[in-house]
Amino acid sequence: MLTLHCPNCGVMADETELHAEGEAHIKRFGPGSSDEEFENYLFERKNPKGVHFERWRHVAGCGKYFHAARNTMTLEVYGTYSAQTLAPPKTLVNAIKKKHPEWEGWA
Amino acid sequence: MSTRLADHGRLIDRSKPMNFEFNGKRMKGYEGDTLASALLGAGQTLVGRSFKYHRPRGIIASGGEEPNALVNMGQGGRFEPNQRTTTTELFDGLYATSQNHWPSLEFDVGVVNNYVARFLPAGFYYKTFMAPRAAWKHVFEPIVRQSAGLGKVPKDRDVDTYEYFYHHTDVLIVGGGVAGLAAAKAAAASGAKVMVVEQTAHWGGRTPVDGGEIDGIPAADWIEATVEALENMDNVTLRLRMQGSGIYDHGYALGYERVADHTPGDGRPRHRLWRIRAQQIVNATGAIERPLSFAGNDIPGVMLAGAVRDYVVNWGVSAGDRTVVVTNNDDAYRTALVLKEAGLEVPVIIDARAAVTSPLAQAARAAGIRVAEGKGIAKVHGGKFVTGVSICAQAGEGSSLEEIKCDAVAMSGGWSPVVHLWSHCGGKLIWDEVQAFFRPDPARPPLSHDGKGFVLTAGSASGALGLSDVLTDADAAGKAAGKAAGGKAGRKAAPKAAAEVHQAMEPVWIMPQGASIQKRMKMWLDYQNDVKVSDVQLAAREGYESVEHTKRYTTLGMATDQGKLSNINGLAVLSDALDQPIPQTGTTTFRPPYTPISFGAIAGEAKDELFQPIRKTPMHDWHEEAGAYFEPVGHWRRPYTYPKPDETHAQAVNREVLNTRERLGLLDASTLGKLIVSGPDAGRFMDMMYTNLMSTLPVGKCRYGLMCTENGFLSDDGVVARIDETTWLCHTTSGGADRIHAWMEDWLQCEWWDWKVHVANVTEQLAQVAVVGPNARKVLEKLGGMDVSKETLPFMQWADGTIGGFDARVYRISFSGELSYEIAVPASQGRAFWDALLEAGEEFGVMPYGTEALHIMRAEKGFIMIGDETDGTIIPQDLGLNWAISKKKDDFLGKRAQLRSHMVDPDRWKLVGLETLDGTVIPDGAYAVGEGVNANGQKNVIGRVTSTYFSPTLNKGIAMGLIKHGPDRMGEVVDFPTLDGTGTVIKARIVDQVFYDKEGAKGNV
Amino acid sequence: MRRYSAFAIAREGARYHQGWERAWNSPVPKKKYDVIIVGAGGHGLATAFYLGKNFGITNVAIIEKGWLGGGNTGRNTTIIRSNYLQDPSAAIYEKARSLYETMSQDLNYNVMFSPRGVIMLAQTQSEIRGYQRTAHANALQGVTTEWIEPARVKELVPIINLDGPRYPVLGGLWQARGGTARHDAVAWGYARACSDMGMDIIQKCEVTGVMQEGGKVTGVQTTKGDIACDKLAMVVAGNAGDLAGQAGFRLPLDSVALQALVSEPIKPCMDVVVMANTVHGYMSQSDKGEMVIGGGTDGFNNYTQRGSFHHVEETVRALIETFPIIGRLKMLRQWGGIVDVTGDRSPIISKTPLGNTFINCGWGTGGFKSIPGSGWAMAELVAKGEPGPLAADFGLNRFREGRFIDESVAAGVAH
Repeated sequence: MLTLHCPNCGVMADETELHAEGEAHIKRFGPGSSDEEFENYLFERKNPKGVHFERWRHVAGCGKYFHAARNTMTLEVYGTYSAQTLAPPKTLVNAIKKKHPEWEGWA
Repeated sequence: MSTRLADHGRLIDRSKPMNFEFNGKRMKGYEGDTLASALLGAGQTLVGRSFKYHRPRGIIASGGEEPNALVNMGQGGRFEPNQRTTTTELFDGLYATSQNHWPSLEFDVGVVNNYVARFLPAGFYYKTFMAPRAAWKHVFEPIVRQSAGLGKVPKDRDVDTYEYFYHHTDVLIVGGGVAGLAAAKAAAASGAKVMVVEQTAHWGGRTPVDGGEIDGIPAADWIEATVEALENMDNVTLRLRMQGSGIYDHGYALGYERVADHTPGDGRPRHRLWRIRAQQIVNATGAIERPLSFAGNDIPGVMLAGAVRDYVVNWGVSAGDRTVVVTNNDDAYRTALVLKEAGLEVPVIIDARAAVTSPLAQAARAAGIRVAEGKGIAKVHGGKFVTGVSICAQAGEGSSLEEIKCDAVAMSGGWSPVVHLWSHCGGKLIWDEVQAFFRPDPARPPLSHDGKGFVLTAGSASGALGLSDVLTDADAAGKAAGKAAGGKAGRKAAPKAAAEVHQAMEPVWIMPQGASIQKRMKMWLDYQNDVKVSDVQLAAREGYESVEHTKRYTTLGMATDQGKLSNINGLAVLSDALDQPIPQTGTTTFRPPYTPISFGAIAGEAKDELFQPIRKTPMHDWHEEAGAYFEPVGHWRRPYTYPKPDETHAQAVNREVLNTRERLGLLDASTLGKLIVSGPDAGRFMDMMYTNLMSTLPVGKCRYGLMCTENGFLSDDGVVARIDETTWLCHTTSGGADRIHAWMEDWLQCEWWDWKVHVANVTEQLAQVAVVGPNARKVLEKLGGMDVSKETLPFMQWADGTIGGFDARVYRISFSGELSYEIAVPASQGRAFWDALLEAGEEFGVMPYGTEALHIMRAEKGFIMIGDETDGTIIPQDLGLNWAISKKKDDFLGKRAQLRSHMVDPDRWKLVGLETLDGTVIPDGAYAVGEGVNANGQKNVIGRVTSTYFSPTLNKGIAMGLIKHGPDRMGEVVDFPTLDGTGTVIKARIVDQVFYDKEGAKGNV
Repeated sequence: MRRYSAFAIAREGARYHQGWERAWNSPVPKKKYDVIIVGAGGHGLATAFYLGKNFGITNVAIIEKGWLGGGNTGRNTTIIRSNYLQDPSAAIYEKARSLYETMSQDLNYNVMFSPRGVIMLAQTQSEIRGYQRTAHANALQGVTTEWIEPARVKELVPIINLDGPRYPVLGGLWQARGGTARHDAVAWGYARACSDMGMDIIQKCEVTGVMQEGGKVTGVQTTKGDIACDKLAMVVAGNAGDLAGQAGFRLPLDSVALQALVSEPIKPCMDVVVMANTVHGYMSQSDKGEMVIGGGTDGFNNYTQRGSFHHVEETVRALIETFPIIGRLKMLRQWGGIVDVTGDRSPIISKTPLGNTFINCGWGTGGFKSIPGSGWAMAELVAKGEPGPLAADFGLNRFREGRFIDESVAAGVAH
């Protein structure tokens, strides 16, 4: 029963208010892309044991999407941030790195 | 035999006797009794039968750890199997029967298993019952099923109600013993919001039984004073009869409150499930006493020493007149002393330890009780009740040194902290060598969302066993929890009790340690599931070495007590068999709930009508009054048809179709999704969402549009109307409104967030009615208000205005092929508008029609339906909808996907019409077969039917289907085998999919 | 291997069961094997068994990081059925189901396959059409199923409530030879048979690296040392993505929790397995008498083997709605497993970018019922280097080509 801080409306939201929307920061490939690029865009997932950057929607709250960095082994949430960004905030990445020096990092 | 004593019993009120019935016998107990204490008080030592061997079973414990004393309780709508008597508060009129026997508790035929037990060891069923092959299902399995199963099957629907509570607190304390109360006091002093839950009806836990002083006053007085003080604090909530059942991630805990189990039928909800969010949770869950493994340790009358003491002190009930105490630790001496003090006989305390000199032992000796040191029980005598024990040397092989007559045995193998809740959410354990138990490792607690621990333990749940240590530990836990939850640091001293001197316990896993196999086959580990020491040893010998393998192979710990008594003893035996230290063996996984919780409580109020929300259109009540037969569509219920009293559904549907085609039909189309897309970049956005070019749609016009997933598959369709320069209104399917809205938001918020577009879902703001049929215009003109003529409002246009005084937006669109207007009015006006249409339409032959008539009429016209022609694997090109896919656009969602090799494969099945040669209807779901079979031996198929109906308009079966190379095979006949069992094959000709009014003359008027 | 039988039990009983031999060996790993299978769950063990039985390849090690059968094999709801819609799914699940029929005899280990029948309830008009379509497809696929009317549903499941006020039962898809089996026994039976063929089952041995040379795998690094192999088969549900990562390729997988629960045991009241997809729950009664209950997956990527309680609430509500008499039963235990879900929710049995390495994963919620069919197909792929007909459609290439096997067409939950 997770709780995540919704950066849009500012509340600590219960999992029942939220909908998980899968991996974050996936670059869209449209017409003109190769078969491989398109396949990877639609299907290939990092699915890591550890730090996962992911999308959530505060569906039974403000309705807005946001991003979260969460550990899939411990369910620790390192932070949440705007959905309107192509990469996680550097401060967040650095904080995770500091906590888990062995982490391969954001890529 | 057990009996009620003349005195003692701090929890019962002898002035309030209560009658109850067990197996047809009328018995008497008192207010404050549990069913277990009342049964013992009434002399009922035999209370059930075990799972596998049907051995006689008596009460062994006094709390939630009880494995044996489970009963069928109540009758009718209040019948409940497997009710644990030790946690059942007695009430007047309680009705219970014992379980798992036939014909009676005393004479159980199933006990035959016991006599051949030697041939039914752990896992025997994996090794036999294999031949002949059909015998398992038809012979052996039914026998196994019938003899297993414990409680009876409820026959009736539950008559009780249940509810949920939500609670947010800074600190949740699970357990209301002295540890929980001390922790609560400390946490509350920090200013934090505190909740304390206690599963029984009493505060204080075991301490009042064991006595002692806290802060210079008797423990019972301290408990009373502390509870009173906590009750008076605004930041403290106290709940009795509420178990902390499970701990889940991020501080979520389940509280299971048994509100009215002891007052059935008083109108209150029976159970209440609390969904608690706490910043910090303190487990003050106490400890559970372990049995000892000696031969015959399962005979009724052999009980846990602590329980024997509880029954005397709490309920004034003795387990027997002559009780032998057997132990490996000091605590059981308290039981001996209590029994002696109550005037009962304790012929001997058998202590496995070689020399016992602790103060408690000295006190026992001083009370005149014999202590046999270095001894064990070789064997318990008796069958349905204890008649005596044989004493042996613990260090030996079990030769009987002496036989002692007794009618009860009080055993103690030491205590294990209750670590269940700590472990539910990932807390780790360490093995305590000195005290021989697993206890929580404070360095590895369950972690919350912030990566920090959120569970602490207090008192014996931490592994502290003496009163003084318990209080110190609990105070520290309470202070730490309060501080971690944002309270101020506590400075008050911990409650104090005198330090006690104990002699170390000595782990005893088998008694005697060199017991023969014959003896080990009589040493029970799991009383309910009949798992013995020999079974665990057999599992180890056969290679089931993981503790999980042993558990599953022997069923150790899998009974309804979930191994609360058996787990530690079992894994110690396993470790010994594998010759490895206990921590290397480890434990099985602790899973919620701590003790079983009712499904009723889990479901709460969400049952029957309230099972799921029902969405209602403004006209819903009218449909109900008109006797509509509804079908669920998402959370909506839509009229499928409006049958008249003498009509079948099929007749009603046909009538509705014909009436609409010939006169006038009304459809409540309010459930259709209505999304407003607006903003400077809305056109660009619409072009991405739809396969069509929507940005060029002129204001005032409508266009049918398709939406695909990024994977290329058709996901929704509907008519789009251009409202103004920057605004479009998108109709979606009824089931698709929320999904498509979320889909649009997803792209706007997460991909094209710099585009200036808003989306609003106005589905429920508007009531929408389709006015359909040759008389459609007449009825609107009669109501008057706006020009709906062919010239002013041609096909595929819309206009705002008033109709019959209602503010209306009128779309000239048709899903039936008839002259048709879809009219949206404010939801609040929906019912009035519907009524007005019915009244005005009477002279034009108006009738409402349902979803099935809608389906048939669109199929007659060859229109596709999302969910019929599509199933998530269909691209628009499959349906011949290429005309709706813009070739002018560089991009739209799904475009790239539709270029992949499989999507452009010419062999993809394509939509066509199908006309049966004999006029019959192709069954729903039928496949068209080709020649031969595929590599897996499956018949080759070349297509399937997607929509198939009897057309009342054409008076024959019509269908659409997807057929390989279908559009190139017009006129050819394909075969649809049926499932009627006679091998009937329906032959159908591939035809154009538009069956009715191909030129569109009907709608173009 | 000494055979198990009633006679053997009598013989051993006479000597207090002191003479039973180990069901499987736990040897120290050899330096090299012809085939290393990573994962000693049902699928890995079945792969090994059919490698030996069908292809005579027995120089095989099955490496397991924990205890054999300890993943999803030991934590599922044991349902076996093959009433799938799409041809490739129906083929492999029916192969599996038919192998379950004779598994106890084939392995000389009673896995208690009990073909008590499986009903999938139709509670909406579109479910009626969906299951009628499946019934037609199954008839052509050689899978015996039938559409049944509500009265027959009630006859088969007397405790069902047909007239739920919210979602009445409108009929069902009935597979009489579907049922359940004892999940642990499937792993144990295969393990014993593999061990008997001379294969090595190496437990508590974690793969820490995949050794490669020239685009081929040469062996694996493990916590028990390096082990060389000619061929590598990865059969590790819940860890497939992680292991593939070690081998240098990625998979179209997300790992999520799937929860299940059991009630306290009661006397027999329901012989068949009932699945209700509209309300989202399914239930059967085990031989012990427990009602075994499951529902849908949790939503987020998760490797903790525990889920969120609100999913349990939803499932229990759905089943009280369907079976009102269970309202006063109690939940004894809830647990979770981690399932790998692919882009089309169908499994992967495939070659990989590494020439001599093969993968079997992504069974989602359908893993247990497919074990023997999956092992059969995987063994063929490993032995021949190319997929046979059962595995042909389950290759990784389908995601590039857009050639999906989508079962959600017919049913929301595929358990």
